[in-house]
Amino acid sequence: MSLPITPSQTIGPYLAIGLPWPDGSFVVPQGTAGAITITGQVLDGQGKILPDAMVETWQADEDGRFDHAEDPRGARKPQTEGFRGFGRCPTDENGWYRIVTVKPGTFPGPDGGTEAPHLDVSVFSRGLLDRVVTRIYFAEETGANAADPVLAQVPADRRDTLLASAATPGEYRFDIRLQGDRETVFFDV
Amino acid sequence: MTPYERPVGVHPPLDYPAYRSTEFRAPKKAPVLLPHGLTEITGPVYGSSPVTAADADLTTRYPQEAMGQRIIVAGRVLDSDGRAVPDTLVEIWQANAAGRYRHKADDHPAPLDQNFDGAGRCMTDSEGRYRFITIKPGAYPWGNHYNAWRPAHIHFSLFGRAFTQRLITQMYFPDDPLFSQDPIFNSVPEEEARQAMIAEFDLGLTVPAWGLGFTWDIVLRGRSATVFEGG
Ligand SMILES: [Fe+2]
Repeated sequence: MSLPITPSQTIGPYLAIGLPWPDGSFVVPQGTAGAITITGQVLDGQGKILPDAMVETWQADEDGRFDHAEDPRGARKPQTEGFRGFGRCPTDENGWYRIVTVKPGTFPGPDGGTEAPHLDVSVFSRGLLDRVVTRIYFAEETGANAADPVLAQVPADRRDTLLASAATPGEYRFDIRLQGDRETVFFDV
Repeated sequence: MTPYERPVGVHPPLDYPAYRSTEFRAPKKAPVLLPHGLTEITGPVYGSSPVTAADADLTTRYPQEAMGQRIIVAGRVLDSDGRAVPDTLVEIWQANAAGRYRHKADDHPAPLDQNFDGAGRCMTDSEGRYRFITIKPGAYPWGNHYNAWRPAHIHFSLFGRAFTQRLITQMYFPDDPLFSQDPIFNSVPEEEARQAMIAEFDLGLTVPAWGLGFTWDIVLRGRSATVFEGG
């Protein structure tokens, strides 16, 4: 049986009515030991910030596990109390989003190899008829990133658009550019 | 692990000039194919806070009932292979009966309703069923082109059971005369897929002497049919 799939439509300009969660930014509870923050701006092809976008993240726990029936190693409760793997943050009037989480672990890739620590990211906004999907990797994970099977598919001169870096330990910056010379790498998921 | 299907002709292209806001927002470079690994075949299932029955009724949370045509919107969340998606969060938001959103950026000169905020959420049951009580949203004008009007619609957000299944879409009402001039509705390339966004009037769901029923099933990407088990 194959039913007709429901198509995507834009989130539109009024997502703030229904989608923000009071604790949306918090993949781990406030005050969690070892928590990191990932902040950045979402920008359009003219370099203008998007004040009406929404960023969502999904990731493994610190051990590289998912508390989910589809993890072939078995669903397992995360070591980090209150970790939910998922973050959601609408951009503010200056285009900023912020996610508070822990750095995910590594795990086996679907076709062999080991996936480096990463978060899957969905970006929704007015003017996007479907979500766009990217990944956040960590700049300091040079060894793991070099072995990552997904990064290997990304043109070498664009890989840096997927790297979050921390000027201060634990405080990462990751901007999302929808267009332009330094357009973020987006994935066909 | 079995990947999810990658449907062709179902979702709108990002580059779609008739919807003018795409101009500086739709990425220009070709996307990189992402194989479906553990991050993609897993996903969040529950909302951040417990969902109550009152969250699914948008008409009775204020001192007076919301103004407008009372409707029941219900259906199932399914995979394209026909499996129900139980215990998944469904979130909706919409304009009021006059076509006005309770949002600071909406300057349409139509009345606000103090008894309607336009947001709802519910969890699907063990058979993937959801049900909302709300009012029929009005059509509203927007600035895309001269005399542009959005057909009446309700915004829907769905998780399914995997990151690959995440979907934000809009539900439309049958026989809307505004479809033909709406670039957002018409951005979906295939007729069958456009029809899949339109709810059906349902006399069985309609409650006598109370409210009209509309049925709408939401179908998420299923597992790929092209992958065979070894052996
Ligand atoms: Fe809308």
